[in-house]
Amino acid sequence: MGKYKKTLTTPLFESNPIGVQILGICSALAVTTKMETALVMTVAVTIVTAFSSLSVSIIRNQIPGSIRIIVEMAIIASLVIVVDQILKAYAYQTSKQLSVFVGLIITNCIVMGRTEAVALKNPPVISFLDGIGNGLGYGLMLLVVAFFRELLGSGKLMGITILQLQTEGGWYIPNGLFLLAPSGFFLVAFLIWALRTWKPELREIE
Amino acid sequence: MPDESVKKTVTVALGVCIFCSVLITTAAVALRGIQLENKKLDRIANILIAGDLIVKDGNIRSIYEKKIEPRMIELSSGETVPEEKFTKDLNINDFDIKTMADDPEYGMPIPGDKDLGKIKRMPKYMVVYLVQENSKTEKVVLPIYGKGLWSTMYGFIALDKDLTTVRGFTFYEQAETPGLGGEVDNPRWKNSWKGKHVFDEQGNLKIEVIKGIVDVSRPEAKYEIQGLSGATLTSRGVDHLVRFWLGNDGYALFLKRLKEELHG
Repeated sequence: MGKYKKTLTTPLFESNPIGVQILGICSALAVTTKMETALVMTVAVTIVTAFSSLSVSIIRNQIPGSIRIIVEMAIIASLVIVVDQILKAYAYQTSKQLSVFVGLIITNCIVMGRTEAVALKNPPVISFLDGIGNGLGYGLMLLVVAFFRELLGSGKLMGITILQLQTEGGWYIPNGLFLLAPSGFFLVAFLIWALRTWKPELREIE
Repeated sequence: MPDESVKKTVTVALGVCIFCSVLITTAAVALRGIQLENKKLDRIANILIAGDLIVKDGNIRSIYEKKIEPRMIELSSGETVPEEKFTKDLNINDFDIKTMADDPEYGMPIPGDKDLGKIKRMPKYMVVYLVQENSKTEKVVLPIYGKGLWSTMYGFIALDKDLTTVRGFTFYEQAETPGLGGEVDNPRWKNSWKGKHVFDEQGNLKIEVIKGIVDVSRPEAKYEIQGLSGATLTSRGVDHLVRFWLGNDGYALFLKRLKEELHG
């Protein structure tokens, strides 16, 4: 059991996709202006990573090496389309805000990376848990970044006003930079710094 | 080690393709109904917001059915299109601006010098929405759209029954810079449109989004809306698209006819 638990929890910190593997940065900048979109994106990426790893792992002994990447892409793309369709049906407002970024999960390096690195060589259960772990690790970073961006950029959390804005009669002057993509870079950088200070073994030896 | 023969490769590729296509098709077909419903509800909600009708969740549809009377008009003449003329593609309930503008039969190109909104093509017909109170027309909600800085912005402007005073203004689809141009969605800014006059007494189109603060002591103030700070190009886009749609290539003829209809 220890092995399964480790597969699930390591990607949260020690091998966090954004913080350590530095994958999936582009979408981490795009969908983190609000906690809500970050949360939905987390769920979507987790589902896609988990099930694409599971599917690839199940047929890993059948996939000829020459077409393995195409097969992986076909599976990932199909899952992404299904997730996108479900969001459009059951979370219309959020899917409108996420717009093109759900479709772009296809190109999210994390998904492809996990199927290539893990699912092709490991049995289904391990691959599935690895997918979930990496999705959650990605989501954890997303939510932390979104927490600061939404709070400082628009004075809200999950759409609920926390800091009353000056324009609406309160005291808080929002920092517009936090709503723009560059702030995501700064926040991700700070998080990587924090992670490496907390776990010094992650630092590269120079 | 997996079999690398051509036969095996083709079999696996085919198998994956068939499985994936069945999966996608099932999802798309099964969810299509709910998705279309969502799209319609979203548009309806925005028509109600533009018409300044209070929306509480759940009864959007019933308010819409009770208070809104959609009407198809021909832009070049301003005339109402009677129901007999509706076809499978030209239909009041499934009217989609984008599809119609691109349609070779129902859409048309806009000459470059007239294309204020930078939209290149527009539908020949439009569906407008009359807001009814006690079976009298109180407001009219007009769909408008045009280019901002990054995106085409789709929205509504609502005019009072005097067909001059703005009663509501909203965008339901835009992708401008969040925090800057994206503020076209800001309720406070949208509210600043209310009560402004679109035309002067002679019927000239006067509404304008200006740079800087509107000086309320000047008589022109009632035609002016303060632009969004940090979003000069988006504000200019809004200004142009409003002027385009309320001008001679947009709803001018329809508004003239509606005025005769409402006030004799």
